[in-house]
Amino acid sequence: MLLRHTPKEITERSALMINPAKTCQPIGAMYAALGIHGCLPHSHGSQGCCAYHRSTLTRHYKEPVSAATSSFTEGSSVFGGQANMLQAIENIFAVYNPVIIAAHTTCLSETIGDDLKQIRKKAITEGKIPEGKYMISASTPSYVGSHVTGFSTMVKSMAGLAETTGKKNGKVNIIPGWVEPSDMEEIKRLTTMIGVKTIMFPDTSGVLNGPLSGEYKMFPDGGTTVAELKSAGDSIGTLALGEWCSAAAARELDSQNKVPCQVLDMPFGLKATDRFIDALRTIAGVTVPDELSLERGQLVDMISDMHQYLYHKKVALVGDPDQLIAMTEFLVSMDMCPIHIITGTPGKEFERRIMEITKDMPFAVNVRAKGDMFLLHQWIKNEPVDLLIGNTYCKYIARDEDIPLVRWGFPILDRQGHQYFPTVGYKGALRLLEKILGVLQDRKDRDDAESNFELVL
Amino acid sequence: MATTTKKKIVQWDPAHVKAELLAKYPSKVARKRSKQIMINEAQGNETPEITANVRTTPGIITMRGCTYAGCKGVIMGPTRDIVNLVHGPIGCSFYAWLTRRNQTDAGPAGENYMNYCFSTDMQDSDIIFGGEKKLAQAIQEAYDLFHPRSIAVFATCPVGLIGDDIHTVTKRMKEKFGDCNVYAFSCEGYKGVSQSAGHHIANNQVFKHIVGENDEEKPGKYKINLLGEYNIGGDGFEIDRIFKKCGITNIATFSGNSTYDQFASAHKADLNAVMCHRSINYVADMLETKYGIPWIKVNFIGADATAKSLRKIAQYFGDQEFIDRVEAVIAEEMPKVLAARTDVLPRTSGKTAMMFVGGSRAHHYKELFNEMGMRVISAGYEFGHRDDYEGRHVIPDLKVDADSRNIEELEVVADATRFNPRKSAEEIKALEDAGYKFKHYDGLAPDMENGTLIIDDLNQYEAEKLVELMKPDIFCAGVKEKYSIQKLGVPMKQLHSYDSGGPYAGFEGAINFYQEIDRLVNSKVWSYMKAPWQDNPQLSATYGWE
Repeated sequence: MLLRHTPKEITERSALMINPAKTCQPIGAMYAALGIHGCLPHSHGSQGCCAYHRSTLTRHYKEPVSAATSSFTEGSSVFGGQANMLQAIENIFAVYNPVIIAAHTTCLSETIGDDLKQIRKKAITEGKIPEGKYMISASTPSYVGSHVTGFSTMVKSMAGLAETTGKKNGKVNIIPGWVEPSDMEEIKRLTTMIGVKTIMFPDTSGVLNGPLSGEYKMFPDGGTTVAELKSAGDSIGTLALGEWCSAAAARELDSQNKVPCQVLDMPFGLKATDRFIDALRTIAGVTVPDELSLERGQLVDMISDMHQYLYHKKVALVGDPDQLIAMTEFLVSMDMCPIHIITGTPGKEFERRIMEITKDMPFAVNVRAKGDMFLLHQWIKNEPVDLLIGNTYCKYIARDEDIPLVRWGFPILDRQGHQYFPTVGYKGALRLLEKILGVLQDRKDRDDAESNFELVL
Repeated sequence: MATTTKKKIVQWDPAHVKAELLAKYPSKVARKRSKQIMINEAQGNETPEITANVRTTPGIITMRGCTYAGCKGVIMGPTRDIVNLVHGPIGCSFYAWLTRRNQTDAGPAGENYMNYCFSTDMQDSDIIFGGEKKLAQAIQEAYDLFHPRSIAVFATCPVGLIGDDIHTVTKRMKEKFGDCNVYAFSCEGYKGVSQSAGHHIANNQVFKHIVGENDEEKPGKYKINLLGEYNIGGDGFEIDRIFKKCGITNIATFSGNSTYDQFASAHKADLNAVMCHRSINYVADMLETKYGIPWIKVNFIGADATAKSLRKIAQYFGDQEFIDRVEAVIAEEMPKVLAARTDVLPRTSGKTAMMFVGGSRAHHYKELFNEMGMRVISAGYEFGHRDDYEGRHVIPDLKVDADSRNIEELEVVADATRFNPRKSAEEIKALEDAGYKFKHYDGLAPDMENGTLIIDDLNQYEAEKLVELMKPDIFCAGVKEKYSIQKLGVPMKQLHSYDSGGPYAGFEGAINFYQEIDRLVNSKVWSYMKAPWQDNPQLSATYGWE
């Protein structure tokens, strides 16, 4: 057994976290920053943070992830990291020449009280930020919130670049939240199909799913441009996907630039996609094209065709709040039963939303924000499930308890596809459904006795 | 694969390459980097001087990590029956969770916490009011849940800044439990200039708190410790297989596939064999001073190097029976290795490699490339010191700078009752007269060809430039570097995690490595960079359907 020391009996823990269902803020800030075209993320802390975040993102995407660090030493930890940051800014523009630096703090620089906004001002005064180049910053202390918080904070900093000229651009801002490059691509396909002009930020498509062509571009072609970010202040409205990931930036645009916003769930699954498409149609005042209704119909068709394999199947879920809310709703909408749901990210609202979505389910639900995967495993030992959905770390539970696993979330370190194939929208939901059915039916084929082994499922 | 080596002519002049690497830097950075980029002109005993183990310039995209990574991730990570509890915000523990591929074999029922990730998940209130109470409570909860024989606590950056006294907390908990050794590592990420400081801190604490705790006699005639072997991809399993065949008893590996008790019994060995000089030479020195166990440098990367290292161990013990047995094992293992080598040689010989990894690996793996007829045209360490480049004879000349001064140097003296020189002064002299070298390491530079480039703390910009100018057939570094190199159409082999491959140590490992490099440098995929219409974009005539 891989997790042989995990007991079935649950004891309350107040200080010890085991097998976390979250990581720290800065990696979220780094991922978000990679969604700006020509951006070099910068980690204001000791070297290890930057190395760890780059490694984790690289393992997840199998793509280069460039980011710089302030390389704190003991001296800078005592005297402050301003000199390191100023030196970094100078070197970054000289050697790498990005359009923009997106710097975030770490627990180290936050604890000693470094203020990136003030350092940025000093850099401007000293002429260290060349003409036509930019720097934004986000305060992302690792001891508050989670990687989701860091993502949200950096996206909010991007919104800070928005300018209001007084002349509307006729576009809709879309803040997609922490989804895969493939998902961002799919959201753009959907909005184009409906005929809505958008500014989407961040946008990691074309950045973290690049081609192999014998050429290395440190700053790939993808990403939201600074010009687009500036123009976001002139948009007619903002659709923020996911309360945890995207709402802060949308509200910033609302209060700073008077761009009204609507916060929706992330468009995973049938109903959340319905609401997303409906909102787009309403804002743009257009008719949804038949081809999109067809995609929806195909999803409904597969749910109905395969319903017998889904009905009342118990599921355990672990991941991030916005994703889990949409996934829980999707599973419930297909008469599946998510009974154990864990996120490491704090927020009581998460537990409330999950309870509301699952209130008519025939089984009791365990839900925990600020939980960990050790607790999830214990819940599973007490009340077994038919399916587990979560990141790669779930495979230790899946193997020990012999549960089919669908990898979905962050990080996925041992399977491919998330870079290229979306799970948002109707097409994405079809793919999720295909994956779920795949593992459930593989299990049936493995477990059925020879006497009732079936050709047709 | 039937393809043979295509001879590629790449002309480069090392002085030109060096100038190109420095050209774009601001002058201050260029000055500093120029001392870390050395054109190798080693002649006999004369090795040019390199600057190493110095700070990375802020803003330069380095390969390096932090002290915590060196301590928790590298040295302590591979020990399976210690609960490794990270005191800090969640990230540090999360990123070090199973990502280094240290394999372990606990058997069906043995204690194994390596698949777990433990953290105090510090919150802002802990930063403001102090985290000692939470740490004590977390240790208590770990003890109540698992009853491990040992709990190790690792400090992350904020812990040192807010002044949590982790050593007092752990001491108190150790006393309270009575049956569980609890101790702490002050391995805050900002200490030192790289992972290297973390290795040193880990060495010190393991020596102080664990080594010598178990005085039970261990059976075995030829008892050694294997220091600086981390069982990545099963390297340690392969070395242990060979040891067993030779009749060598491995008391403790520091720290691949290890247990607490191995460390506790390390003083019972009669010889320390040091693999990774950089990360573990401190323990080797301390074991010698306190217990009288001599140490030698070995290398089990490369079949010939493995044979050489085994002979070195046999020569130390000096029994003819043992020497014969080792020779018999080598004779039995080598034919398979040579067959595999003969198979790949037509496809690999003459190809070139670059290696920028670790503090010893860039040297060790040179052996394997040599065996395949490949030339290493540029190499360097991520966190090596000058002695790893130029040899241990430079140690007395090393400047102790502010960053090194912060790392504790333990005062070790001979143990009053347990100091036992394993060899008399005469025996040592006799061995040395016969050419045997104790406490000896020549470093990377003397092994590199003249005119090659040795580069310390290589960064992303320089890596890309090097590949562009020197066009190696393969580049070796870590995961962060992998995909930017491959985008250039050059295969990249990870020598930290082995790209999920391995083992590459010992005899079986050499075979694996030959085949892996053959696969990489001869893969068809590198010929697909351009689509047919990109190779020949202009249509000369309109195609007609006839």
